[in-house]
Amino acid sequence: MVFVWNIDVDPVGSLLWAITLIGLSGLPGLLLKRPGPGQILSVGITVCAALWGMAGALRILNGVPAKTYQLDWPLPFGPCELSVDPLSALFLLPLLLAALCCSLYGLAYLPAASQPAVEKRVTLFSGLLLASMALVLVARHGVLLLMAWEIMALSSWLLLMTDQQSLQVQRAGTVYLLATHAGTTALFVLFSLLKGETGSFAFPAAHSLALGSMVTLVMLVAALIGFGAKAGIMPLHIWLPGAHANAPSHASALMSGIMLKVGIYGIIRTVSFFQQLPVWFGWLVLLLGAVSAITGIALASAQRDLKRLLACSSIENIGIICIGLGMALVGLQSGNRVLAVLGLSGAFIHIINHALFKPLLFLGSGAIIHATGTRQIDRMGGLSRILPRTAPLFLVGSLAICGLPPLNGFVGELFLYFGAFSDGMFSDGMFSDLPLIGFVAPILALVGGLAVITFVKLYGAVFLGVARDPATAHGHEAPLAMLLPMGLLAGLCLIGGFGAPLLLQLVAPAVIQYVGVSPQLFAQIADAVPLQQISLVNGLLVAGMLVVWLIWRFLVQRAPVAASSTWGCGYLAPTSRMQYTGSAFSELVTGLISGLVGAQGQLSGLSGAFPASSRFVTVTTERILDQMIIPSLRGADWCLAWLRRMQHGHLHLYILYIFATLFVLMVWSQP
Amino acid sequence: MVSFADQLLVLVMLINFIMLGSSRMAFVIRAVAAQGVILGIIPGLLHPFSGHLLAITASIILAKGLVIPYLLNDAVRKAQIRREVEPFIGYVPTLLLGAVFTALAFVFAQKLPLAPEHRDLLFVPASIATLMAGFLILTTRKKAISQVIGYLVLENGIFIFGLLLAEAMPFMVEAGALLDLLVGIFVMGIVINHINREFSTVDTSRLQTLREE
Repeated sequence: MVFVWNIDVDPVGSLLWAITLIGLSGLPGLLLKRPGPGQILSVGITVCAALWGMAGALRILNGVPAKTYQLDWPLPFGPCELSVDPLSALFLLPLLLAALCCSLYGLAYLPAASQPAVEKRVTLFSGLLLASMALVLVARHGVLLLMAWEIMALSSWLLLMTDQQSLQVQRAGTVYLLATHAGTTALFVLFSLLKGETGSFAFPAAHSLALGSMVTLVMLVAALIGFGAKAGIMPLHIWLPGAHANAPSHASALMSGIMLKVGIYGIIRTVSFFQQLPVWFGWLVLLLGAVSAITGIALASAQRDLKRLLACSSIENIGIICIGLGMALVGLQSGNRVLAVLGLSGAFIHIINHALFKPLLFLGSGAIIHATGTRQIDRMGGLSRILPRTAPLFLVGSLAICGLPPLNGFVGELFLYFGAFSDGMFSDGMFSDLPLIGFVAPILALVGGLAVITFVKLYGAVFLGVARDPATAHGHEAPLAMLLPMGLLAGLCLIGGFGAPLLLQLVAPAVIQYVGVSPQLFAQIADAVPLQQISLVNGLLVAGMLVVWLIWRFLVQRAPVAASSTWGCGYLAPTSRMQYTGSAFSELVTGLISGLVGAQGQLSGLSGAFPASSRFVTVTTERILDQMIIPSLRGADWCLAWLRRMQHGHLHLYILYIFATLFVLMVWSQP
Repeated sequence: MVSFADQLLVLVMLINFIMLGSSRMAFVIRAVAAQGVILGIIPGLLHPFSGHLLAITASIILAKGLVIPYLLNDAVRKAQIRREVEPFIGYVPTLLLGAVFTALAFVFAQKLPLAPEHRDLLFVPASIATLMAGFLILTTRKKAISQVIGYLVLENGIFIFGLLLAEAMPFMVEAGALLDLLVGIFVMGIVINHINREFSTVDTSRLQTLREE
């Protein structure tokens, strides 16, 4: 038998193969008794399949026509199609990159040699999670999407429950499971109504559904709730901080970097079915985005748990993406194509960017936890000496997520700023007057400022100074398999910074397809953003920083260096505990927004001239979950307590219920 | 051949009454085995001969007539359950209820919008009657083993209904066989579950305490 490598292999076919391979990559490990080879095999398969799939996705973004595949299944839901358009490819690309990075990372983070039982599970479910997310992106059929959605929810839950003995993990898992299924219920509503409208579960062609009845409005809202819950848009974010904080770090990276985007994809895909949207919908998305961005970053600034902080910052980034999406929808509804193009480009670029720097930061936090054994920021310090390679990579991620110039995060937000100021940029009547859009700029500025505070606090408290807790001072640098993926992601963040036009090129096909503008018009609008100059400046900035750093190193090496703890204003017995902690750094911000984050300090018993030793404890509650949702559920529990009598534990009577229902239905159905 | 199938279906319904009215476990299990064998024969009467059909018939008779009764007998022997001691509803009332439900099944089947070729056959009423009998056993008996038998009878009812769908026949039959397997696992599940709950160990030597006093 001769195998011929056909270079003209269909990109969709190669993507589907890659998805299948990734999904099954954990299986061989289950069959092998000895831990180890299965993990290596799974990583090998995943890396190869991810590279193969990425080539396919890039070719689709390059304009290679995509075939549509039909899944021949015996289920009674009609023919099921799979396809990849530029929109799907745009989301598949970061997904496959994350697959590559996170599986490689897992090799060293959860090595089979030391954790044989956990490793098999994590390997299997990581593969399943990745494949199911990709399946959501390629499905063109409501039922298939729901199936993939459910596999995604369950496999991510199983990943989250890796450390199942811990009470914290159990609580986070329960909240996640409830939240995700509540969201899925909304999706059932969405797709049942879609079937009612179009007569089949297959996705309708883009912009083919007329917006008329109440039903279509319900569909839009259901999509926003169902997909928004997964994306972590603000009032529906309750599951997010706990879930992302308690999963293994590379699973958090997948959940935060990719799974949230799958929710965003769902919203965009659903919206694309409709010819036109109600005017309020775009504003609603924009408003939700603004609320998520501000409260997300405010929550993040008050966190003291490393991964919880990163998780809250994901809410902020999802908010920024939703702001861009909302701008685009407002632009589309009002015929303002400039706003639509700028908003959507900004949202898409930020989706790619966030999928680069958030996994980078989560993988970095994994290296930190690996070294220190804790997630508490206030117990760390001085880690840049223990982790000399992780520290600069983490710095790149932190700067990128703040949207600061030499890195990629800046580029996406710049498009949104341009969108906010787009009134008056063009004078040929391509836009209508939308002065309210201008308010996006101060919101973005506020979010950016808070992000800088948050990440300065994070980086400063973790990497600078000296160790606050001696227990965290004896870590060691992460192994190469962990550093390599982080290095790759950091490198891509840098490339996104001084190669900004590349980012625009990536998102251009999806934006052109979605907004329905000609490539020429797109280029004309996008030219308003001076990307070339920005790349040049970014490149110069990076080069300048390198030069300064080299000079500084040269000087430091020649000068005498003394190590001591922070100067404690002349206090005679200074300890490393006297450094500014992360909480101290963000105390002002936390105080200003305490209504939002519900941080409470409790100082117990200081009285008299010579008080005994005392304690000061601060607690950061989750206001919406702890103070709104759980009490309201308790109320519902109290109101419905009488229903409990139905659940008495007698199996016979349960069967009698079914019997009675069947009987009633039989009698009722008589003509 | 079809009229012979109808006579077999009458037999199936009579076996329902045997199961409803009997307290002896071994007898009930033998009855359910006989019902399974009859159900295995019926597809052979309805459809032209083929290798596929033979395999299905053989596997149904094997599963319903031999393997599952053997498993049940085994469980009964190990747990030393001879008879259903205290059903929720006595045997005579259960029998009467079964008769009422069988009559209702005939009334109901009359009124169903069936295809004309199915109208005069006994399949639909027999199916509904058997389903009801399964439900009755499930609701009125206390012992775990009786519950399993109830599920089996319920499944037999569904199987009879599936025989009507001649087009989708292989799929339905195979699905039915799968369901049987499920019941088999269910038996073991109950046994293991009970032992687990009682002693937090899976020790088969303590099976006699399975009796629900």
